[in-house]
Amino acid sequence: MRRVRAALAPYLLVLPGGLWLTVFFAVPLLAMLSLSTQEGNLVEGFRQTFRLQNYVDAVTLHWEPLVRSLLYGLATTAAAIVIGFPLAYWIAFKGGRRKSSYLFLILLPFFVSFVIRTISWKFLLTDEGVLLGPLKDAGVLPQGFHVLATDFAVIAGLTYNFLPFMVLPIYVALERIDPRVIEAAYDLYASRTQAFLRVVFPLALPGVFAGVLMTGVPAASDFVNASVLGGVDNTMIGNVIYNQFRASEYPMGASLSFILMALMLLGIFSYARALGTEDVLEVAAR
Amino acid sequence: MTAPAIDRPAPASAPVSPARPGRRRLGDRLLTAYGWIVIAWLLLPIAVMVLFGFNDTRSRTNFTWEGFTLQWYGRLFEIPGLSAGFVNSLVIAVLTAVIATALGMMIGLALGRYRFRGQGLTNLIMFAAISCPEIIMGTSLLSMFLMTGIPLGRVTLVIAHVMFSVSFVAVTVRARVLTLDRSLEEAAQDLGASRWETFRLVTFPSILPAVTAGALLAFALSVDDFIISTFVNGPVETFPLWVWSASRLGIPPQVNVMGTLIFAVGAALAVVNAVGARRRG
Repeated sequence: MRRVRAALAPYLLVLPGGLWLTVFFAVPLLAMLSLSTQEGNLVEGFRQTFRLQNYVDAVTLHWEPLVRSLLYGLATTAAAIVIGFPLAYWIAFKGGRRKSSYLFLILLPFFVSFVIRTISWKFLLTDEGVLLGPLKDAGVLPQGFHVLATDFAVIAGLTYNFLPFMVLPIYVALERIDPRVIEAAYDLYASRTQAFLRVVFPLALPGVFAGVLMTGVPAASDFVNASVLGGVDNTMIGNVIYNQFRASEYPMGASLSFILMALMLLGIFSYARALGTEDVLEVAAR
Repeated sequence: MTAPAIDRPAPASAPVSPARPGRRRLGDRLLTAYGWIVIAWLLLPIAVMVLFGFNDTRSRTNFTWEGFTLQWYGRLFEIPGLSAGFVNSLVIAVLTAVIATALGMMIGLALGRYRFRGQGLTNLIMFAAISCPEIIMGTSLLSMFLMTGIPLGRVTLVIAHVMFSVSFVAVTVRARVLTLDRSLEEAAQDLGASRWETFRLVTFPSILPAVTAGALLAFALSVDDFIISTFVNGPVETFPLWVWSASRLGIPPQVNVMGTLIFAVGAALAVVNAVGARRRG
């Protein structure tokens, strides 16, 4: 009896949480799949007609924000690597005893609501605001200069919001490097640049891979930054999906959601394929 | 997010290059300056939020600095919708933390301690739930609620929040369980402890830091969530949802004050938990 209970233990432990995830994460995806091929409107109700034309309509009507989302996601990821890598390097190798304090500072923004942080940036970057106003008055910038409602504003906002997700995994990877390996490189007459390029950087790559997933996916599917910091020419696919569901155009919103998800999965898998599945999934799962 | 990494003992400091010490020192200084500039960039919007909670503004558009005042801290609950949103957020976050921590701890224990069929599937679903774009979770949950006719409100918000935070708790607990020394539990059982006593007196105390870290994480994720909540909230507004819908009219200073309070309490709890974890070793 005791033995049977011991064998059952892991299943009993996983069961409640597993059920929750199945019913409220996996099943809803199926529900949305069904909704995406339905036809109808709010007044007359929606009927399942397996209308695949919804997907065609979704792409032909909304390809522009779709492409823009992917480009914004790529730009954000690139910016996060460029800004985040030196930061992670600094904390891992020069942080000394203050490493945890630096990490804490980098995580601090997460204690402020995502929406408030983004609105704060709108406030800071507004045309006559605290940053641009004085520069315009001093004549450094032309009066018509603006940051809001540009590609730059949205990408900067996205980079700001997701940077910590790039810094943390790179930091973890750098921290794992055995310093003796780097010393060995110097003993073999590697210059500082060579030691970095041929020892430190390759060992940090698993962290970069994880960081790319953790910034690229949420950045490409975000709509808050585009909505607050962008203008009419900066709409992302998230904004379109949001508006479709607000307007009760459920089948269109559902098809667009699936197209976005398919693109993200395609990205993740081709990326995993190119780099070796094990590395990416293992690091990402951590 | 990755609390275990922070607590790890530092293996060694900077890799030492023998070449050109003068230039190296300059490089280090530049790197340090760079690090502080990025940290300042990350903290700038927080400073703005805190500062404008003290702004003596007259209108609801809290845009220019009008002088220092503490009045908004006294008039914190003057806006009924905002107060209701704030209370909703706290209630939902507490419920989420309790449920997600219980469920996540059990999954974490199972994954860290046992080998069983379905383990790979469990890991896969959790990985999918962690990496799935939030908007997809929101739209798919809403699709299911629409098709089944489940009314939207506080219940659906808690359902959604537990769903996206349970995996984070499980991953945090699993990491801790994997580092535990099994012989302690075996010793307890050899000394006649029942399975439940072993769990209560040996296992649970040793995973407690990870459990509290997981609970804090679930609370924080819930309080902050906007994207998923905006699809499943129905008529109920949480703090971020209220701020969002108010942002077109202008954000009253009470929002800054509430944001500041949430920030201060969250940061303080995180410090206490980190210091406690370090002291326990």
